[in-house]
Amino acid sequence: MPPYLPPPGLDAGTDLVADKSAKPPGRRRFLQGGAVLAGAAATLAGPARAVGEALPVPAWTRSQGRPAAGPYGQPSGFEGRVIRRVREGAQPTFPTAASSLTPLADIFGTITPNGLVFERHHAGIPDIDPEQHRLVIHGLVERPLSFSLNDLLRFPAVSRVHFLECAGNSGSEWRPARKLTVQSLHGLLSCCEWTGVSLGTLLQEVGVAPEAKWLLAEGADAAAMTRSVPLDKALDDALIVYAQNGEMLRPEQGYPLRLLLPGWEGNINVKWLRRLKLGTAPWQSRQETSKYTDLLPDGTSRQFSFVLDVKSVITGPSGGQILKSRGRQQITGLAWSGHGRIRRVDVSIDGGRNWEEAVLQTPVLDRALTRFSLPWLWDGGPAVLQSRAVDSHGNVQPTRSQLIAARGTESAYHYNGIQSWQVLPSGEVHNVHV
Amino acid sequence: MSMFERKPLAALVGALALSAVLSACHSQPVRSGQPLGLGTPVAAAQLAAWDIDIDADGRGLPPGSGTVAAGQRIYETRCIACHGVGGQNGIADRLAGGQGSLATKTPVRTVGSFWPYATTLFDYVRRAMPFDSPQSLAPDEVYAVSAYVLHLNGLLPADGRLDAASLPRIVMPNRDGFKVDDRPDVVGTRCMKDCVPGS
Ligand code: HEC
Repeated sequence: MPPYLPPPGLDAGTDLVADKSAKPPGRRRFLQGGAVLAGAAATLAGPARAVGEALPVPAWTRSQGRPAAGPYGQPSGFEGRVIRRVREGAQPTFPTAASSLTPLADIFGTITPNGLVFERHHAGIPDIDPEQHRLVIHGLVERPLSFSLNDLLRFPAVSRVHFLECAGNSGSEWRPARKLTVQSLHGLLSCCEWTGVSLGTLLQEVGVAPEAKWLLAEGADAAAMTRSVPLDKALDDALIVYAQNGEMLRPEQGYPLRLLLPGWEGNINVKWLRRLKLGTAPWQSRQETSKYTDLLPDGTSRQFSFVLDVKSVITGPSGGQILKSRGRQQITGLAWSGHGRIRRVDVSIDGGRNWEEAVLQTPVLDRALTRFSLPWLWDGGPAVLQSRAVDSHGNVQPTRSQLIAARGTESAYHYNGIQSWQVLPSGEVHNVHV
Repeated sequence: MSMFERKPLAALVGALALSAVLSACHSQPVRSGQPLGLGTPVAAAQLAAWDIDIDADGRGLPPGSGTVAAGQRIYETRCIACHGVGGQNGIADRLAGGQGSLATKTPVRTVGSFWPYATTLFDYVRRAMPFDSPQSLAPDEVYAVSAYVLHLNGLLPADGRLDAASLPRIVMPNRDGFKVDDRPDVVGTRCMKDCVPGS
């Protein structure tokens, strides 16, 4: 197995695994790997000989720059390729019932910039006047109430960092491997700091009737999107969100209000939220019967499969990238689980035969994207890179074969299999199934 | 922020001075667990245009009715361009056929083969279809076009009619085909060394 570098700061203290017995096997080779690389680095470093021309003083150092960037700052003009895209090869028949994906290979850390948060709409993005918008809570309540945005801003504000993932993310992986980028394969995934009001607080305001067990969440868009939410979840940790990453929600994220159910599939986080109705049973709306249900090989379907299971993906190196030179590479990626925190991420460079533990960027937050990384010394030979996440409940990310053995290939949603990136001697990186 | 009223400066200063006085005498910490008294009471009549959801028992279905024949006429003017002749081969979702296919390698999910409740059809068409003009159909038209879609799936005869009483009684073929989330059905393994790839 090609060697790994000891990631800086990875000592006994960063072992986040409760199951200590799992640690020793990888440990020795890991250190050996580090030793091998340390040797290589020493020869490379040697008495360095300078190459190339003298560094010039560029034009931008010799003249004034532009005036202050103005009303709303934009990324550098050199970053124009870092954009949301529709899935490669997909040409949506109805552009308002479509999605755009987050460029996972080109973003850093764990927070997704607002302009790059993935989109999935069923009837386009409405332009809602916040002055006219209302959130109504009614049904099995003591006092049906209508809230303006101004009303909601007077409640105690809560901010939490959570990932959001479409239930259909990675769905093309149920099928034979296509040579797509990580953006196309897994980009229905983002993570923001969300600010709003705890739904429990609002439910206190209306007074929930004892027989209420579910609530219907409805959007004000042209799909009038509806999903049934169990009351327990609503009281537990649901937020009525009006802001993301420090500014009001973007129109495509539900401006001025959306529901946020931490760890649950994207679709139920109803955008442009205008109504919550309390009732005794789920409504069986189209989006919880015809869609967002998981068809199994025996012809039955799993329904109300809300929680997104533990998952990870290497974002670099990843599909479509080309490694330009041998030697040290930085393997990096994202891990998340709808059940809780990420406890550890293992990385394999030989297609799943041997694994090493990656370093997790701290803080590791509950149901938030977690950044992992592991230095790798590429010897120029073929390699297959994989990552495998374990969450705080001990759930281990399964392989694609394990998923398919249990669910067949027709369940469309909730794919959380281990991703394999093949690195060819040419440096090209492709999606493969092992 | 735009949602706050803008007040002239003098008024603002006055308000600040007043609020300082008020807070000295009357400001109280809000006890948690107490309603804050925010929000405006809303009556059922005000909500009529929004409160259009139909539950699985048919609660919420409006008065009115529609026949398969009337539904066919509506379908052919309002739906066929996207959903195709007979609910098949359109550019949008297939609406008919596929019964018996769910357990095969090429399942076809339609209203007739997959949907567990006919009430969902009424609810969805009323709120979201036709795609190019949502919420433009009157209740009679929604009953009628729902009747036609059910007819295309062999679930209503050609002379059939739907209303609030009959719609919830339609027994959909896949009514018992759903089970509540029973995961974990797949358990990953954490082998670290000399593992069998893919297992
Ligand atoms: C302009 C094209 C268009 C027209 C016209 C149209 N639809 Fe649709 N229909 C769609 C699209 C697109 C979807 C899927 C929307 C989404 O992605 O959520 C859809 C979805 C549906 C579904 C849900 C299908 C499923 O399996 O989940 C039904 C039922 C339906 N339409 C019925 C109708 C009826 C009835 C009419 C006529 C009254 C109609 N549609 C008119 C485009 C159209």
